[in-house]
Amino acid sequence: MSEQGRNGAAAYVPQPGDFEFLTGRDIATDKNFSSLSYWKGVAIHFFKDKKAVTGLVIILAIMLLSIFGPMMNSYGYRDIVSFRNENNRKVVAKGIAPRIPAVHELFTGEKYDDDFADLTFFFGTDDLGRDLWTRTWYGARVSLIIAFVTIFIDMLIGMSYGLISGYFGGLTDQVMQRFVEIANSVPRLVIVSVLAIFMPKGMGLVIVALLLTEWIGMSKIARAEMLKTKEQEYVLASRTLGARNGHIIFSQILPNTIGPIITQVMFSIPIAIFTEAFLSFVGVGIALPQCSVGTLIEDGFNNITTLPYQILPPIIVLALLMLGFNFIGDGLREALAPKLEDM
Amino acid sequence: MSEKKPGLNQSAGKTILEIRDLDISFKTNAGTIHAIRGVNLDLCKGETVAIVGESGSGKSVTMKAVMGLLDSNASVNSGEILYTYPDASGREVTVDLLKMPKKQLRQQINGQRIAMVFQDPMTSLDPTMTIGKQIMEGMFLHENMEKKAARARALELLNLVGITDAEKRFRNYPHQLSGGMRQRVVIAIALSANPDILICDEPTTALDVTIQARILELIMEIQKKMGLSVVYITHDLGVVAKVADYVDVMYAGKIVEVGNVNEIFYEPKHPYTWGLLSAMPDLETEDDRLYSIPGSPPNLLHEPKGDAFAARNQFALAIDEKAEPPLFQVSPTHWAATWLLHPDAPKVEMPPELQARLERARKEAEKVL
Amino acid sequence: MTKYVLKRIGTALLTLLIITFLLFLLVRIMPGNPFPSERMSADMIANKRAEMGLDDPIPVQFFNYLRKLLLEGDFGNGTSLYYGVPINSVLATCMSNSFRIGGMAILIGTALGLLLGITAALNRGKFLDGFCTVLSIIGVCVPSYVFLIFLQYYFSFRIPFFPYFFDAKRFLFSSVIPSLSLSLFTLSTIARFTRNEMVEVMDSDYVHLAEAKGLHGGSLVRRHVLRNALIPIVTVLAPLIVDLLTGALVVEKIYGINGIGKLMVDAITGEGIDYNYVLALGILYSALYIGIMLLVDILYGVLDPRIRVQGKAGDA
Repeated sequence: MSEQGRNGAAAYVPQPGDFEFLTGRDIATDKNFSSLSYWKGVAIHFFKDKKAVTGLVIILAIMLLSIFGPMMNSYGYRDIVSFRNENNRKVVAKGIAPRIPAVHELFTGEKYDDDFADLTFFFGTDDLGRDLWTRTWYGARVSLIIAFVTIFIDMLIGMSYGLISGYFGGLTDQVMQRFVEIANSVPRLVIVSVLAIFMPKGMGLVIVALLLTEWIGMSKIARAEMLKTKEQEYVLASRTLGARNGHIIFSQILPNTIGPIITQVMFSIPIAIFTEAFLSFVGVGIALPQCSVGTLIEDGFNNITTLPYQILPPIIVLALLMLGFNFIGDGLREALAPKLEDM
Repeated sequence: MSEKKPGLNQSAGKTILEIRDLDISFKTNAGTIHAIRGVNLDLCKGETVAIVGESGSGKSVTMKAVMGLLDSNASVNSGEILYTYPDASGREVTVDLLKMPKKQLRQQINGQRIAMVFQDPMTSLDPTMTIGKQIMEGMFLHENMEKKAARARALELLNLVGITDAEKRFRNYPHQLSGGMRQRVVIAIALSANPDILICDEPTTALDVTIQARILELIMEIQKKMGLSVVYITHDLGVVAKVADYVDVMYAGKIVEVGNVNEIFYEPKHPYTWGLLSAMPDLETEDDRLYSIPGSPPNLLHEPKGDAFAARNQFALAIDEKAEPPLFQVSPTHWAATWLLHPDAPKVEMPPELQARLERARKEAEKVL
Repeated sequence: MTKYVLKRIGTALLTLLIITFLLFLLVRIMPGNPFPSERMSADMIANKRAEMGLDDPIPVQFFNYLRKLLLEGDFGNGTSLYYGVPINSVLATCMSNSFRIGGMAILIGTALGLLLGITAALNRGKFLDGFCTVLSIIGVCVPSYVFLIFLQYYFSFRIPFFPYFFDAKRFLFSSVIPSLSLSLFTLSTIARFTRNEMVEVMDSDYVHLAEAKGLHGGSLVRRHVLRNALIPIVTVLAPLIVDLLTGALVVEKIYGINGIGKLMVDAITGEGIDYNYVLALGILYSALYIGIMLLVDILYGVLDPRIRVQGKAGDA
């Protein structure tokens, strides 16, 4: 027998003891894939995805700012910043461009020489003298709350509808699906316009409009998942063992549906934010002096020729919210059903 | 021709494909996967080589490299793939397929000299094009054939691969054919430009058992008729026993044992080959449980230290965790990369159950002859 | 195939009929007075109601409405102060404006989107691919009215090159800004979808088989990649077309375009528009939506032989 080194690599010179058998090892357990639960795997995959993590960071940052941002100065979202200057004249901080006095001094070596020389306005003030930093984060908070609440309710409606339709099948399913088909063929705007005759303008209109449209996607996912799971052995088994319908649905099928549904939620939230922004922009959403991202953009638009900086913060926040949720959604979708080559 | 390296089929035939020290890695989100770690392989004219191994051992990647079909995130770190063929004047030319520009590779090699049959016939035909067009495409491309002649040849090929109503099938779309028929069409496409080498990537795994045997017989028959050299990629040792002259056993991006089909089946030396053979279903075995190799192949995101198989090897030695075993020669045609073959190693025989099984198989084979 | 098409048309018509009825029902049972009542006496209102058939049972009213609509294309008259003219004449003008601007946006968006998506897929991982990704993210994350606001601010206000508001007399020139801003969403959606679809097709077995046959470069892309990648794009295009043809609401409102989008905004905000308009718009929007979806379904069937050519053969 001969031995030859390959690839020109320096051949290893065996040491004494090298040719002993290895003992005390457990070769029966698969160490590559062992002890990793499904959700842990999903989490690992998700956090390896740079886009998903970016999305998560963006959304968390905006959430934190929308909670704590308004507290970072003493102005309320509806307060007009005003005080009496040394001549005892009342001045209102109307239309002030974004400024941080310390930074200004650092770069120009000069102080502002107006009445507000010491005041910091990260995003400036609007035409009435309200602090835009506070208003932006307050508006983001309102938009986020509307989106989360409506999409959560949509999730409940959609899931129940889809799960029931898929589980009972037959005539129930057919009737329920015809209804979904028709509901799905009515454009969202038509629903909004009809609603607008019935309901007063305001937050309620936005929420109901979203409730009526966004559940459909969720119900489709839930139904498909139900149809898939229903025929699997463990469900059939528990059925034969006499488990009741409701029990089977909620204890066994729900955990499987939750992944795709959360993904759908991540894609629905930006749609909700978009719709809210649109309706508020048009003027049927959030009523003054409350504000949301949409009304802030509208304010900015109305003042664009005089205070062009005013429109930027709400637009950037809106875009980042869209971006963040879409990234999280993409990441979740891939983490839940990873393609083989990414493993 | 380059000098013979260890671990290659030392057949008397003329070598037409030589893979030397091939090293390929893939960039993924999770990191770099070192999928092929120095593969050597020879294919001689008219012969059949089978590459065997579990999924993810790198057998498909190796052959995709030959075809120039590596995914865009792959990078070839080193090695060469030498292909020898007679050029237009009949002179022997040797080219390195890895260095050839893609365009030239497609124009001169793919299709007309080296062809490939893919694993899943359900996905390997273009759903939007008729069968006939897909078969004729290669002919128009390489041979500038006239439409009429191409059509006649395509029908002839369809007959050759055993499709009965060729005229009708010619106008069909892939979704109108069954899996077995589609695989026949794929084979017809591969044969359409008279290749020297046919690479079959698990050509029968996606088909049901009765059709598997027919497809294999078809390939062997055509091989004889046309003097093809064939490379099989498979994890099914049953297929190997049936078709192969030489066998390369691959594990974690390396060839760990190579020999002719008798050597691999009756005198395997590598514990991994033992495992593969033991895992073959067998009617005679008394034990009613089917053996499977414990564990799973290593994740090549992390470079294995020492012998990549050590963690799953019940005969692992201390040295396996320190150094990678070189290929030890067993016979002029038989090599295996395991420290068990080192002169200082303790003498280890294959498990007795396997020995008994192989003995029975040998007797069976002799009876047939 | 014919059977499939007929069935789809049947379902679509039925769905539309049901939706029309529901809309009619909702609008007719609406509380409140359909007439601006300050200057009308109770008698006048009663007469008017009788004249308009508002006292008939709802099914009769619906039947009459439908008959008029189908036979004469008549949506009835508007009843409010501003729009007290035949609705279809208003709709005709608005539709013409919206369809022309929306059509341009679709053309620009689809053409550039396809171009960008295809180039990005062919240069995967290179600069252009990254550019395509960034652009499509921006296009999807920023509403089109924001683009309009910016374009209007910079190119109509700061540099007064384009008109600040829409001007029907200079149609083409004043459609540049709204069409461009509307096209960005289409562009980015199509670019992203095309790119991903192409990449997937290029990694498919059948493209590898074509490569193994010896095809490469342009002919490979033309013969095998494009056709397979573009068929599914028809499906994403449909909702985009509906959105654009029916007018991107805020864009029309901001830029002062007299289109159905603006009409819809007026309907939603209740600015001088009455119930008959809401009904007409609802029917129009639903019909367009259902019609285009139907068209896409049929087109898909024509393009994809897996739907067009039925029938399976026996096993080998």
